[in-house]
Amino acid sequence: MSNLRELVRYPAAVVGLIMISVLIGVAVYALVALPYDEAVRLWRGGEAIWYNTPKKAAPVWTNWFREEDLPATITIDSADGAIAKTREQVSEDVTDIQFAYTFDYPYTTFPEDISIYFDTKYDEKPPHVSLTWLTPDGREIRIASMTTESTLVYRLDQDSKLERRLQLPDNVQSHMGLFMDPESEELVALPGTYTLQVSASVFEPESDVDAEVVIYGKVHGLAGTDHRRRDITVALLWGTPIALAFGLLAAIGTSVTTLVIAAIGTWYGGWVDALIQRITEVNLILPVLPILIMVGTFYSKSLWVILGVIILLGIFGGGIKTYRAIFLQVKESPYIEAAQAYGATDARIIFSYLLPRIIPTLVPNMVTLVPAFVFLEAALSVLGLGDPVMPTWGKVISDARVNGALYQGNYYWILQPSALLMLTGLAFSLVGFALDRIFNPRLRDR
Amino acid sequence: MTLELNGQPSNNIPAELSETQQFRSDGPASAATSRDVLLSVQDLHVWFELKRWGFLNAGHVRAVDGVSFDLHHGEAIGIVGESGCGKTTLMKTILGLYQPVQGNVRFDNQDLSELTTRDMQTYRSKAGYVQQDPYGALPPFMTVERILSEPMVIAGIKDRNVRDQRIREVLTEVKMTPVDDFLTKFPHMLSGGQQQRIVITRAMILNPQLIVADEPVSMLDASVRVEILRLLQRLQASHHLAVIYITHDLSTVRYFSDRIFVMYAGKLVERANVNDILRHPLHPYTQALLAATPDPDYRNALTHRELPPGEPPSLVNPPEGCRFHPRCPKKIEGLCEVEVPPNFEPAPNHYTACWLFR
Amino acid sequence: MTEKETLLSIEDLRLYFRTTQGIVQAVDSVDLRLGVNEAMVILGESGCGKTSLSRAVLRLLPNNVDTYSGDIYLEGENTMEMADEAFRRQIRWFKMSLVPQAAMNALNPVLKVGDQVAEPLIVHHRAEKEEARNQAAWMFEKVGVPVDFLDRYAFELSGGMRQRVALAMALITLPPLVFLDEPTSALDVLTQANIFNVLKNIKKELAVSFILITHDIATSSELADSVAVMYAGQIVEVSDARRFFTDPLHPYAQLLMSSVPKLKVEQEPTFITGQPPSLINPPSGCRFADRCPSAFDRCSEEPPVFLVDGQQVRCWLYRAKGVRA
Repeated sequence: MSNLRELVRYPAAVVGLIMISVLIGVAVYALVALPYDEAVRLWRGGEAIWYNTPKKAAPVWTNWFREEDLPATITIDSADGAIAKTREQVSEDVTDIQFAYTFDYPYTTFPEDISIYFDTKYDEKPPHVSLTWLTPDGREIRIASMTTESTLVYRLDQDSKLERRLQLPDNVQSHMGLFMDPESEELVALPGTYTLQVSASVFEPESDVDAEVVIYGKVHGLAGTDHRRRDITVALLWGTPIALAFGLLAAIGTSVTTLVIAAIGTWYGGWVDALIQRITEVNLILPVLPILIMVGTFYSKSLWVILGVIILLGIFGGGIKTYRAIFLQVKESPYIEAAQAYGATDARIIFSYLLPRIIPTLVPNMVTLVPAFVFLEAALSVLGLGDPVMPTWGKVISDARVNGALYQGNYYWILQPSALLMLTGLAFSLVGFALDRIFNPRLRDR
Repeated sequence: MTLELNGQPSNNIPAELSETQQFRSDGPASAATSRDVLLSVQDLHVWFELKRWGFLNAGHVRAVDGVSFDLHHGEAIGIVGESGCGKTTLMKTILGLYQPVQGNVRFDNQDLSELTTRDMQTYRSKAGYVQQDPYGALPPFMTVERILSEPMVIAGIKDRNVRDQRIREVLTEVKMTPVDDFLTKFPHMLSGGQQQRIVITRAMILNPQLIVADEPVSMLDASVRVEILRLLQRLQASHHLAVIYITHDLSTVRYFSDRIFVMYAGKLVERANVNDILRHPLHPYTQALLAATPDPDYRNALTHRELPPGEPPSLVNPPEGCRFHPRCPKKIEGLCEVEVPPNFEPAPNHYTACWLFR
Repeated sequence: MTEKETLLSIEDLRLYFRTTQGIVQAVDSVDLRLGVNEAMVILGESGCGKTSLSRAVLRLLPNNVDTYSGDIYLEGENTMEMADEAFRRQIRWFKMSLVPQAAMNALNPVLKVGDQVAEPLIVHHRAEKEEARNQAAWMFEKVGVPVDFLDRYAFELSGGMRQRVALAMALITLPPLVFLDEPTSALDVLTQANIFNVLKNIKKELAVSFILITHDIATSSELADSVAVMYAGQIVEVSDARRFFTDPLHPYAQLLMSSVPKLKVEQEPTFITGQPPSLINPPSGCRFADRCPSAFDRCSEEPPVFLVDGQQVRCWLYRAKGVRA
């Protein structure tokens, strides 16, 4: 369409179009890479899924802005087979299993926490495990010894014995003590190669011990994590198609319906027109947000229910008045009269002769309306009315607010979804305003 | 091209609606010019109700107030009058867009108001409408092909090929060739003259017997007007069309009509064939119109024109008696402002509603 | 042409607009001369640039002007050299005013017509309301509107009355020059004749000069002392009325004259095939050449203006008879 060619004359519109394409690309990717069920499952979260991601970790790329990088999570699993395991039968009943986790720790900052997930196989007698820590500067620190029931999780910071043994100052946690540089006056970590030795004694020939060591970093992933260890990327990714779909469906749904109703009212005139105008006037007075809150609180918070209510309330909106004014004018056009003269029915005139005239006004309005609905959905989430199941941008912001993100310095948590909301709004607005200038020549500069 | 009529003027002038100036066609015309009556307008009154506050009656606009005439197959008449004289309303009533409050329009001897919807559709295919504003008359978002298909689609011609063929046929006839170039164009891509040709094509597309043209050239440039008028002339001749040509410009009407009707304030004041009207106008209003229409002559700038004072009357409260009397330079005191003049025939086939010819 | 004192002298006026499709050369080097108390008609069809010409002289320009150059001498003073504000205060509606196209529809619907007519006096001359109103009443009389219409609103008046009000608005400050852009194109024959009667009276009584812009050749003869024909942004012929209406020189003018249906003369009118060229990228050479029945090989070069017996013609056909202007 020639209009599309005209659109690219406006640099703002080109930027907007690129942004929208990116958003659509992300949305498509999200739908393809993470099918809906998968996304919901991931977002429901839980120990099993997110155990090896840190809590409230910042995105990895924030290290760019730091002088000293924060550590990423280091995960080593003996079950992978990358670690050499030695098995030595010491006596008739007892077999020694030894393996060591050796890793590079190039940071001067401390990890968040250390947890070790044991996966042991035995019949009746659980193995006995002891852990030893080797620092780069040659110190050996005994961590703990314990009997490992089948899936024991050993969390370093919860080990009070270790705490007492290490005798650290008050503000230093156990895991920090393991990495701490003893020489330095400041509290920094000692970069270098560390080794965690696992010495296990099993009492049955078939028994085996595997362990996954997770040294929780303070940065994770593209978007960081939240209070439930969930990778926020999931929500940001999946929020994109939801936001776009919501916005587009609501915008198109209300605009098109409004247009058709205005056309019908204006064409038939008389009581039909009067009825539609009165309904519109009453509807304009109704407060949308309180009604949505009521529906959300008493009926259902499902995204689609809310969308439905928004569209219903939006149909008899202010657009009816605007379109009516335009239709009243177009109705007087000679070509409409000619159509009547060659016998066009009312329906045909409305749909084939009146409506196409208004499409130019409709399109920019519709495009500019999309971000309004996207923000509405986010606003509802922040108010606690968001869909409980689906990962949306609004939900992320809501979680961040509830968990005090700004107070604790987890700015990424709020800023990322907000930035995406803003970008969406900006993209559609840029395109919408340029379209407006094209379709309404009076607004043009030239 | 003569008309056989039997005028039956009535001498009693009763209250409003019962003015009888009926003209009935007297059966088949004389052998010399046997042309059947295609359209017969009989004592037509088209009034619009004025409403106060949406529902209270506040009088009527008496747009057409007692018009009668006959139109024959293949005949072209020009209806001349100023804005507000009712000619547009008359035309739209003939096209079936308005309903008369009294009197009727008969097409092929059928009263339009008695037609069923289906018959109305048939009538619509027999009467083509050419409008004044060529750009406004075409939907700006439709291609030429679509514009021309619409009347056929509505008339029930389902076969695409038949429609396509017809379109090509008529476009060739109006000399818009090569046809394929024009089919995909939108109205704004065409010049004024070309747009008007498309309007004419659309009016012709269902092979009508009657064309109603409302100021078809007044919005076109001078150099194009004659072209379009010639086209209409040619179409009329080759298809034996009856044409009603409505205008306020007397200078174009002579090239295109057999008879001229002059309309003032909802009534016909003079009817005659072209040459008679232009050379021997009888009604003072017609004379004023002719005197006021300039030819390009440098002496015009040096002379002051004599014109009837005032303006055309409101159609809500038209003057009593002859509606032109407040402005007429030849008014007869005591007669013209009291009694409505009937139609007189001072010369053969030259009718005028003026007391001067009693 | 009697040599009247020159009121307006335009030299090499150009006005080009920037549009999405290119540069529209609406007014392309126009030269004109108008005397005191003289009426000139600028004849041309739609798209020839005549409305732009009036806008150029009155400096009523839109935003997308690309070129605006030339000299306009009004009563000896070059208005092109004035700053916008000075022009607004001293020239517009002071020495030149305009009755725009469809002026009758351009009246403010919420003001009484008397107030609208009085407004230019209050704005430009700082007149008192009472004084302005009296002047408006006097002007109403001159244009033929009953004085008690001063307090009516635009919608209460007929088309002809509204056009007279628009005329009164343009004349109220008694400027020596008034532009009339298609003043009667939407009006009926009788009303039109009335308006021209009014214009003739005003011309006589107030010694105003008129520039009448129209495409209607017949009505233009009602007022014209001289005629200028405009085609594709250029003036192709300038002549006094008598010679123009009897025997125009330029082929375009001749074809125009013969395309006018005449009431009193038996003559089959003709039409001109083709269309005027677009003002974007006008063709080189004579712009009328491709529609001209008398075109020959020289026409591929742009013709200069020739003087033939006091008439100016931009056409190679007169290269022998005339002197270059």
